[in-house]
Amino acid sequence: MSEHPLLTLKQVSKSFGPVNVIKDVTVSVHAGAVQVLLGENGAGKSTLIKMMAGVYQPDGGQILIDGKPVSLPSTRAAEEHGIATIHQELNLVGTMSVAENVMLGRMPKKFGLVDRKAMRRQARAAMELIGLDVDVDTPVGELGIARQQLVEIAKALSISARILILDEPTAALTRHETQSLFKVVADLRRQGVGMLFISHHLDEIAEIGDSVTVLRDGEFVAEVPASTDEDELVRLMVGRSIEDQFPRRSSAADLPAEILAVEHLSSKGKFEDISFTVRAGEVLGISGLVGAGRTELIRAIAGADRYDSGEVKVRGRRLTKGSVQAAIRAGLGHVPEDRKGQGLVLDASVNENLGYATLSSSARMGLSDFSGQRGRAEAVARTVRIRMHTIDQPVRSLSGGNQQKAVFGRWIIAASTVLLLDEPTRGVDVGAKVEIYELMNAITDAGGAIVMVSSELPEVLGMSDRILVLRDGRLAGEFSAAEATQDKVMTLAARDVDEEH
Amino acid sequence: MSAATLDAKRRGFDYKKFLANNGALVGLVVLCLALFIATPDFLTGRNLLNIGIQVSTVAVLAFGMTFVIVAGGIDLSVGSVAALSAMVSGWFFVSAGLPGWLALLGGLAAGLLAGVVNGLASAYGKLPSFIATLAMLSVARGLTLVISDGRPIKTSPEVSFLGGNLGPVPMPIVILVIAALVASFLLNRTVVGRSMYAVGGNAEAARLSGLPVKRILVIVFGLAGLFAALAGVLLAGRLDSAQPQAATGYELDAIAAVVIGGASLAGGLGRISGTFVGALVLVVIRNGLNLLNVTSFWQQVVIGVVIALAVGIDVLRRKTRSS
Repeated sequence: MSEHPLLTLKQVSKSFGPVNVIKDVTVSVHAGAVQVLLGENGAGKSTLIKMMAGVYQPDGGQILIDGKPVSLPSTRAAEEHGIATIHQELNLVGTMSVAENVMLGRMPKKFGLVDRKAMRRQARAAMELIGLDVDVDTPVGELGIARQQLVEIAKALSISARILILDEPTAALTRHETQSLFKVVADLRRQGVGMLFISHHLDEIAEIGDSVTVLRDGEFVAEVPASTDEDELVRLMVGRSIEDQFPRRSSAADLPAEILAVEHLSSKGKFEDISFTVRAGEVLGISGLVGAGRTELIRAIAGADRYDSGEVKVRGRRLTKGSVQAAIRAGLGHVPEDRKGQGLVLDASVNENLGYATLSSSARMGLSDFSGQRGRAEAVARTVRIRMHTIDQPVRSLSGGNQQKAVFGRWIIAASTVLLLDEPTRGVDVGAKVEIYELMNAITDAGGAIVMVSSELPEVLGMSDRILVLRDGRLAGEFSAAEATQDKVMTLAARDVDEEH
Repeated sequence: MSAATLDAKRRGFDYKKFLANNGALVGLVVLCLALFIATPDFLTGRNLLNIGIQVSTVAVLAFGMTFVIVAGGIDLSVGSVAALSAMVSGWFFVSAGLPGWLALLGGLAAGLLAGVVNGLASAYGKLPSFIATLAMLSVARGLTLVISDGRPIKTSPEVSFLGGNLGPVPMPIVILVIAALVASFLLNRTVVGRSMYAVGGNAEAARLSGLPVKRILVIVFGLAGLFAALAGVLLAGRLDSAQPQAATGYELDAIAAVVIGGASLAGGLGRISGTFVGALVLVVIRNGLNLLNVTSFWQQVVIGVVIALAVGIDVLRRKTRSS
């Protein structure tokens, strides 16, 4: 290892307007080492990465490369210093081949035309760097997300990147895919590439990292070895212990009547023969790997997609298949996975977004009930504690947590009694998370029921009264809150994947 | 921050925001001042009425287009549908011998029907609205020629009345005002109108919130067809005849008016007042250039530059807002 780290952010600060997003943070990336950046959403990780990538310039402090101060006024400047960022949203053109994607922007030319032979050869060499065996003529869109990520890494390396920033690369990967990504990372580490790794999966840290920098509210908290145990990492990250994170108050004491019944629900290629019931006052967690059919199941129940056979009953009455309106009338409310793409109209006001589900039902003779809606929206915004300047500001300008509270608020106005939550706290900071959990408690206290899909196991374990595990579109098992552990749930969810090894 | 400073800050911000959100209006005022200085013919009662009559057709077409663009679509067929409606009305009167008022309603119904077909094709047929209405542009124009055999048809007295005068005020201006009020009411006060913004802003979020997105799209295109029919009838009434080539290319004027008025082609944004100002900008520029004896060839160049400028400013505005 050389004397200087490849890259150091030294006591950097950054503010946007009056808000200090990063305060006096120092972090280094060493050659042949993986530095993990850990922090809740909103802790300042992405701002920090953007400084390394030349998107933002620090207001204070220095950026050092090989010990020398530099400035990175643009992404191009960062690239010239060998810094490459692999974002969660991949920068690939799905319809173009692997070779074209790897060589995009620097295609080898012959007589002014693209030299396809040389392009394929160079692309193959790039793929060899990471040991990925794919036909370079395959359109990138036909590869799975994991392989697309590897293509992007190959592309970065072929532009002679020596500092790789991996922004939550495992968020969308199965365990098996994660393992092959880690093999590549281990390989690159041996080749002397320095890496900055961001992940929300605490269990990955010891496996992949060398050292961990923990951020909280834009401030440096600690730098600890990657072998630090998970509870300690959570404590550093959150500033409190894990028990306080999930304030579940179980209210289904005497287990009254069932509200929602799903019977033999099947949708070809998505899920098969799923049956379960949910009782009033209960939170049912649904766990499983990405691709196990969780989101598809929730969407089918909510009426967002059609299904092939089986039925959904709410309080004994059968729901019309594929009708969101029927589901809403029956008292279902759907908080979709992708808040920005499916949950909210970002340019519309908080007021309007809160009112969409009740736009027709509150109208008189086709005229929208303006003053009534405003009153309801203001009341519910207070109840769910949406932090905003005015109810007329575009919902786009709210933070992730407050946006999510607006989606919840819509269903509270609609008086929904069964909430279907898909990743309810994704991209939500820790304070707002607890508020959302309290909202869930309030709903079950009032006799409502909740079905929650989440990729964050601690959340499923912490907030559910009962847990269903899906695997490859089928029910793999069920646990009560008391008997469930991370290990048991993961083992059930990933059994087949492990057997493949 | 204290309430007072927050208030002061907000007031200052709103002032800027007003200018940014009403760029077209500011442009219109500047344009009128310039023409007032440049030529004594501009600010005469006769010329202003003339502008009013000309703007009525463009604006009524553009009101219908505003619904479509707010809902995230585009309607290329409004010019053809306007011509078809006027022609159908004329045919009902002359060839089918229907009473004039019924012939008028028949023409409007034809426009509504063409619009509904557009809506069905784009909502249920899953055709992009650009393609569905491009097809309708051709079909409606073709039907107009078929019905008329390529010759103008005389309009009913009722239609001609719409092109005439009510005392000193030209009827098209009266119709324009009524159409503007109705369109604005539909968009701002009704469930369907509010839903248009949601559908255009994020159709999937609208659907998952229980809004009947497909039905709304059919209504939106139906309204655009109806407004186009009204514009077609106004145009025919002015000439006392339905012309087979009437309103050719008017869809582009309508789109330009909506866009100059501040709507986003991405959907979810747009106002009737903005569209009205946009239509006025187009018509006043043409009128002014005529008064200044600029040839129609150069007029096209100027109009094109104005559209590019208006949208360019709009893009800049969006950028500053998002940052």
